[in-house]
Amino acid sequence: MELITEQFPIVIHSLNIGFIQTLKLFFVTLLGAVPLGLLIAFGSMSKFRPLSYLMKVIVWIIRGTPLMIQLLIIYYFPGLVFGNSIWIGETGRFVAASVGFIFNYACYFSEIYRGGIQGVPKGQEEAGLVLGMTKSQIFFKVTLLQMIKRIVPPMSNEIITLVKDTSLARIIALQEIIWAGQSFLKGSQGIAGQIWPLFFTAVYYLIFNGVLTVLLGRLEKKLDYFR
Amino acid sequence: MAILEVEHLHKNFENTEVLKDISFSLEKGQVLSIIGSSGSGKTTLLRCLNFLEKPGGGRIRVNGETLFDAEDPGSMQESEIRKKRLHFGLVFQSFNLFPQYTALENVMLAKELLAKAQPDYKARKKEIHAEIESEAKSLLKQMGLADRMTNYPHQLSGGQCQRVAIARALALKPDILCFDEPTSALDPELTGEVLKVIKGLADQETTMIIVTHEMAFARDVSSHVLFMDDGCILEQGTPSEVFEHPKEERTKQFLSRFTNG
Repeated sequence: MELITEQFPIVIHSLNIGFIQTLKLFFVTLLGAVPLGLLIAFGSMSKFRPLSYLMKVIVWIIRGTPLMIQLLIIYYFPGLVFGNSIWIGETGRFVAASVGFIFNYACYFSEIYRGGIQGVPKGQEEAGLVLGMTKSQIFFKVTLLQMIKRIVPPMSNEIITLVKDTSLARIIALQEIIWAGQSFLKGSQGIAGQIWPLFFTAVYYLIFNGVLTVLLGRLEKKLDYFR
Repeated sequence: MAILEVEHLHKNFENTEVLKDISFSLEKGQVLSIIGSSGSGKTTLLRCLNFLEKPGGGRIRVNGETLFDAEDPGSMQESEIRKKRLHFGLVFQSFNLFPQYTALENVMLAKELLAKAQPDYKARKKEIHAEIESEAKSLLKQMGLADRMTNYPHQLSGGQCQRVAIARALALKPDILCFDEPTSALDPELTGEVLKVIKGLADQETTMIIVTHEMAFARDVSSHVLFMDDGCILEQGTPSEVFEHPKEERTKQFLSRFTNG
């Protein structure tokens, strides 16, 4: 026990640094995937057949293969083809991971958006039209909020999954919290052969997801005033 | 002069002819009821008048102004259609109220959006808003909903929702108010309150077209009745002509189900 009290501040310091990288990946993914998902959703609903087929094939490939494999391909493929990697250092690994996560999550988000958009009854748009509203007025004043209400619960699910999925970036050695925890197994800052730091990373995920659950629950509740 | 003239209107869905050469006219202040079995094209006709469907042929004139002419493609331009739609109001079978707005906001929304396009909107913002609000409130009072203005649609009964929808359509002061089976989604108990409101509008000489299965109501409220069958107007005339002395065998057969049932 005495040992752990000495190790604790060192480990926490490293885990904190790793967790900042985890958070960065989480927010960058959300920032990229939320709008990109909307573009993919519109693409897959397009009346221009080649575009909608292309989007559906992309979504099928991305959702049909493990994110871990996608990260490995994005990270190693350029090096194998061009002879030298385009992803240099920790920044390079972060960019590679971000690209993988954004595309992967955009595909999942796009399907949620599609459900939300198609779930709003056609009568809502028609009611707007006969009242002389423009298409954009109908979208922003009538259908958008109804879509948001529909997508909040499934999006909450995905967002909470994303928090945990960031750990997959460990596979390309991104120095996120799992990497930080694992370093004490191999040996770092005079601590070696310790597995508890790795176990302890779970507390970080748990607390962060707890905060997110409360916030997303509040948002859901805020939209409870209509049906 | 007739407020509405419909001439030789046609409409196809894929290979099915839903409207075959529909012609009729309507005088200002009159109530036209359209009866007929399901699938006879009544709803499609209303949707064509409100430009929710594009007719395949024919002409629609309101107050002498040609709103639609199949021979003139220019009459179906998106920006033009929006203005033309305002000649008509439409009350849907399923109400289609906006769930995220209160009853009052539902009635005010479209009017406010239209007001924003006025050149003097910025200068008179508060004044215009107050005007729209007081008009909307008096419409809802007229509908018997004075104590329901701040309720959301899910807090209202079907009959109340439909009355909000009627107020919402009236707020834009359409020349012709159309009803697409306004009581078909309602319990028999709630049907009466909606019909009473429509009757009240008829008494105030609101020009209306009502697609309905409520035969007793159609007979009571209309100045003119159309019987539609298989995309055609089979018979038309005053309520007593159509209901009491139908000429066509098909009309008699249709009406017998209501008088005997």
